[in-house]
Amino acid sequence: MSGAASHALAVEYRNVSRRFDNGVYANRNVSFGVAKGTLHFLVGENGAGKTTALKVLFGLVKPTEGSLLLHGKPFAPASPVEAVSRGIGMVHQHFMLSETETALDNVLLVVESVRNSPVPRALRPLHRAEALQKLEALAREFGLPVDFHRLVKDLGVGEQQRLEILKLLFLDADILVLDEPTAVLTPFEATALFTTLKRLVAQGKSVIVVTHKLREVTAHADAVTVLRQGKVVASLVRPHLPSIEELANLMVGHTVDLSLQGVLRSPAPGPDAEVLLRFESISLLEKGAAKPRLSNVTFEVRAGEIVGIAGVEGNGQSDLLALLTSPSAWAESCQEASRVLKNEGHKKAPRFEILGHDAWTLDARSLRALSWGFVPEDRLAQGLLPDSPVEENYLLGRQHLPAYSRFGFLRRKALHATAQAASEAFDVRPRDLTLPAGSLSGGNQQKVLLAREMALAPRLLVVAQPTRGVDVGAIEVIHRRLLERRQAGAGLLLVSSELDEVLALADRVFVFHAGALLGPFEGERKNETDVGLAMGGLTT
Amino acid sequence: MTAFLRSLLAVVVGLALGLAFTGFAGENPLNVGRILFLSAFGSQYDVGMTLAAATPLVFTGLSVSLAFQAGLFNIGAEGQLAVGALAATLFALAFPSLPWPLAPLGAACAGFAGGAFWGFVPGWLLAKRGSHEVISTIMLNFIAAGVASYVVLYHVANPETSNPETRYVAESYRLSPLSAFPDTPASVAVFLALAAIPLVWVFLSKTPTGFDLRTLGASEAAALQSGARPARAKILALTLAGGLAGLVAVPEILGSAHRFRLGFSPDYGFMGIAVALLGRGHPLAVLPSALLFGALQKGTADLDFQTERVSRDIAAIIQAFVIAAVAADVLVDRVGIWGRTVLGKVFRSSSPDVDGTVKKGAA
Repeated sequence: MSGAASHALAVEYRNVSRRFDNGVYANRNVSFGVAKGTLHFLVGENGAGKTTALKVLFGLVKPTEGSLLLHGKPFAPASPVEAVSRGIGMVHQHFMLSETETALDNVLLVVESVRNSPVPRALRPLHRAEALQKLEALAREFGLPVDFHRLVKDLGVGEQQRLEILKLLFLDADILVLDEPTAVLTPFEATALFTTLKRLVAQGKSVIVVTHKLREVTAHADAVTVLRQGKVVASLVRPHLPSIEELANLMVGHTVDLSLQGVLRSPAPGPDAEVLLRFESISLLEKGAAKPRLSNVTFEVRAGEIVGIAGVEGNGQSDLLALLTSPSAWAESCQEASRVLKNEGHKKAPRFEILGHDAWTLDARSLRALSWGFVPEDRLAQGLLPDSPVEENYLLGRQHLPAYSRFGFLRRKALHATAQAASEAFDVRPRDLTLPAGSLSGGNQQKVLLAREMALAPRLLVVAQPTRGVDVGAIEVIHRRLLERRQAGAGLLLVSSELDEVLALADRVFVFHAGALLGPFEGERKNETDVGLAMGGLTT
Repeated sequence: MTAFLRSLLAVVVGLALGLAFTGFAGENPLNVGRILFLSAFGSQYDVGMTLAAATPLVFTGLSVSLAFQAGLFNIGAEGQLAVGALAATLFALAFPSLPWPLAPLGAACAGFAGGAFWGFVPGWLLAKRGSHEVISTIMLNFIAAGVASYVVLYHVANPETSNPETRYVAESYRLSPLSAFPDTPASVAVFLALAAIPLVWVFLSKTPTGFDLRTLGASEAAALQSGARPARAKILALTLAGGLAGLVAVPEILGSAHRFRLGFSPDYGFMGIAVALLGRGHPLAVLPSALLFGALQKGTADLDFQTERVSRDIAAIIQAFVIAAVAADVLVDRVGIWGRTVLGKVFRSSSPDVDGTVKKGAA
């Protein structure tokens, strides 16, 4: 690829170690180089040390041993400001933009905060025209179109990301770090992003991308460094890049099988299968808002199938999940917030059934009395009690069921037995039920959550973002368990922003776009192109 | 370090700093400390007085702790105990001829109900109207004081005295004093306080509804998701907290004073916050914590006449230092990286923080 010819290193880590007071190494003897003019990927599971490695680069963490070289010279930044002044810039997963300012002013905001000047910040003049001229030149040079005069909140996600990149270029960054840049993009926006990044690289910039989407590595990388448990386990340059499977194995340290081979999959149920979850024309309009939050949402989940809901985050998934969390509370809050729950063409409330019951009358507790499982999207805030022991987390949502309470008292023994069995079945590690749930790794937290929701073999299971921030090994377990549930005749609703996951697991796929549900995509149409187009709001 | 040791350390630091202040006033801090201790525990009489001071603090401490567990801050124990005591008094004055076991039982229930009502109001306002409980419970303290004045002065005033107090309750309502501590206000109400502590603990940790409250305290989103019914849990938590504060009626009205005296409480409700804070909201910790503050209350009372330059107000200073030490100790955990590296070296409680801080400043 482009920069492979140039062998000068933009950044070099030399035996960088970062040890904490308790003896744990976040980074240990990390050595790798990012060649100038290349697109370098940094991959590894959660807690593998990517964040610490980047913190070292930005001067947020000082290495306990080893050193950094920047363009061949020793580099020991004392603060992020110093790193920025030396031409290093970062685009965070969650953009650091002020929504209520224009794109131009967002750039000025940052420029002023890092400029060295004897004049106090509040008294400095803003050079808007000058800045605009430079930004427009940069935008043309690197192919990053942004409307600089619009408020950031009115820009699309892709445009906001381009603005973040322009911000760095404006500050003369020649090393750009992007953290999970495609997490919020449609497949097409992601492709466009990598085209842009390659253009940057071709003009001599060096780009470091942190990602967990291994396909991006094999498709776009000039080089990749894999971290595991704080150490570099591989640093490879094109054309010696590993395959996706090899990458996964390197990250985990043992062989993982993500192909879901050997999992029994009976054919999808016919139209006469029992309907477990039914939405009919549910709309949610906020008074004064131009666009509906939910627009005429209609679908059903039948016994023995997985229905997948894909889409870029923020297109209605959260409203749908809030509705499923506690339908009656949701309906109430809609009235209070002077939103309108509309049923196109009907007088009465739109039809909404869960396991044969009129769902509008159900709240979270009455749902729990049904054969129902629910895995919320934010596991630490909604799904778990991070400060409570794992055992109590197995009780959450089950506390009023006869299985766990009798004569007004909790049945601790029954709980303990279930908790132990569930942790066993999902291979939760460590197997200590007294540890606070928040101290487990993301993958093990998610296993606890799923183990709990599946413990009573629910007939209907709603699962949101089941593998977000979860390590590769745990993904395998989780996917297999979900398919087993389907095999046992349960109906599953899978809401995920990971398109690959939805395509691999679901029998039928819907796509949320601007509050509307597009689809279903099934059979031949259940492919990345069709679904990806729908994620961008384009239907075929 | 365990929570208990940390609280103990906070007490030691608070006491030491508070006593050091008496040095500025020209007293010998060690001597003041000795007087404090002897005055709180020096004789049977002193222990009885300490117990009598600690008993109401158990109820208000439990009240604030229970609300804490549900993630709510009950600043209203002062008003709730006033309404509870008033309700118990009115019950006793309304049914003067009830026989012995029914009379105190009924009055205690009335006290609980009165306090519970005064807790229910902010609970309902919070759950249904979104009024922050800190604001509404503070407001209700003032309203409670006003209501108590009005009822006491205009409806059930004691005609035999010019003091602002009600008529005496009938003999059948009075609890027997503790014979071990003659001439002190300590009564069998102490045993109710001792029973209330494990009851609250069992409720919170062993029942599904208690689990609902704790879930609400941990995370409202988790409470909603898990069917803990956050709105009802909030109302229930503040209602029960109010009821517990209302039980102060038992030691005060039935146990010692036998009448409602306006302003009888030396801020038991607010001291309950200190009791709960020191115990970190754990109901079982209320016992040592209430005893400590009770001892402080009694001990400092004697400073007025046993020293020349220090008054009983030193109790407030020591309390403030203990609370500050508890809060500072929580701070050590929460200040983040900076706190860990600087303070961590001092307190040896540092631990690595790997994630979540690269976000700031790098852009």
